[in-house]
Amino acid sequence: MTIRTSITVNGKETSREVEARTLLVHYLREDLGLTGTHVGCDTSNCGACTVLLDGEAVKSCTVLAAQVHDCNITTIEGAAQADGSFSPMQEGFRQEHGLQCGYCTPGMIMASTALLAENPNPTEEEIRHALEGNLCRCTGYEMIVNAVRWAAEHPNFTSGGAK
Amino acid sequence: MIPAQFDYVEATSVADAIRLLAEHGDEAKLLAGGHSLIPLMKLRLVTPATLIDVTHIKELSYIKEDGNNIVIGALTRHRDVELSELVKKHLPLVAHVAGEVGDPQVRNRGTIGGSLVHGDPAADLPAAALATGATMVVVGQNGERRIAAQDFFIDFLETAVQPGEILTAIEFPKHTNAGWAYEKFVRRAMDYAIVGVALQLGSQPGVALVNMSNKPHLAESASQAIAKGAAISDVLAVINNNTNPPEDLNATVEYRQHLARVLTQRAFATASK
Repeated sequence: MTIRTSITVNGKETSREVEARTLLVHYLREDLGLTGTHVGCDTSNCGACTVLLDGEAVKSCTVLAAQVHDCNITTIEGAAQADGSFSPMQEGFRQEHGLQCGYCTPGMIMASTALLAENPNPTEEEIRHALEGNLCRCTGYEMIVNAVRWAAEHPNFTSGGAK
Repeated sequence: MIPAQFDYVEATSVADAIRLLAEHGDEAKLLAGGHSLIPLMKLRLVTPATLIDVTHIKELSYIKEDGNNIVIGALTRHRDVELSELVKKHLPLVAHVAGEVGDPQVRNRGTIGGSLVHGDPAADLPAAALATGATMVVVGQNGERRIAAQDFFIDFLETAVQPGEILTAIEFPKHTNAGWAYEKFVRRAMDYAIVGVALQLGSQPGVALVNMSNKPHLAESASQAIAKGAAISDVLAVINNNTNPPEDLNATVEYRQHLARVLTQRAFATASK
């Protein structure tokens, strides 16, 4: 069975005829070509596929595209500021070396962005708790926590345009 | 991993969901948050012919006070239960346990009703429902039924909800100002419990165990002992009565029973603080 789904992704309306079983992550990657959202474990454990659904962090490998009809999705491609500057969170990951291989990074940034939207000044413990659904096999998490703290301390960061 | 093909229909109200269930028969499954069902479908352990999406039935997402009860709509998300001032005040055990489910992304999607009807013995919320003495409200073509939590869980992933019925609400008796604790033993932060203990003290005490049986498990002997004011050692002596824990990579039967005793003891220590 195919269905017509309309989803606003990174502020742009998208509409496609898709199979009912299409997962949101496949809609993003394969139908829209937004491959910044990664498939890691594919079992809703690792968090690499985390995107924002109406501002809340969700694992897009465990949501059907059909379920988010008429919703707003933000992916890593939509994380930057309007002028093209990195968001404070993206810059935090750059400044604090919050990544090594980069595979978990889009999910980490989206989950951390959702955290700061709700709690702009989290403690280390709150950051670790908020990121318990995101696995990183490189960093040991220390630099990721530092990256989120950097973003919390620089909420008005802007580089004044695209890099 | 991609689910097998299915037909997708969206229900806009409880009446609509019941009509669609009748129309599509027992090859249909209700889809709420999807965080139990979709993983099973991706593994092709479940291959429903039709998914009836109830995600957008707004009338089933609420938390309200009703006399001596707090009533939670079946589609209320874990995150909303966790953060609700009403639940934190009158059912702190339930609010805390909702915050222990999975991780933030899972709690943003998963619903309390979905977790309960899934009937997983390793899940957190069924234990909270058992320990607090909750009642499930189930609606079908023949009207409404109320089922006590201890009669609701039948077997592994099987509940008293019949084909054609939908869980609409959960009624929890208030446990305001009573001691409580949830002890969850895990190897990684967002894992299912290897063993968990949900303890509710006060005038209607109860203790329920996670992953200690083929279904969510109310420790009846231990609950009765607590109600009679028994010493903790006497509660611990019967905590494993009628348990039937699984044996897997994480733990043997004996180790799980040991954990149940240790975690119950810890729960008492935490609850009395």
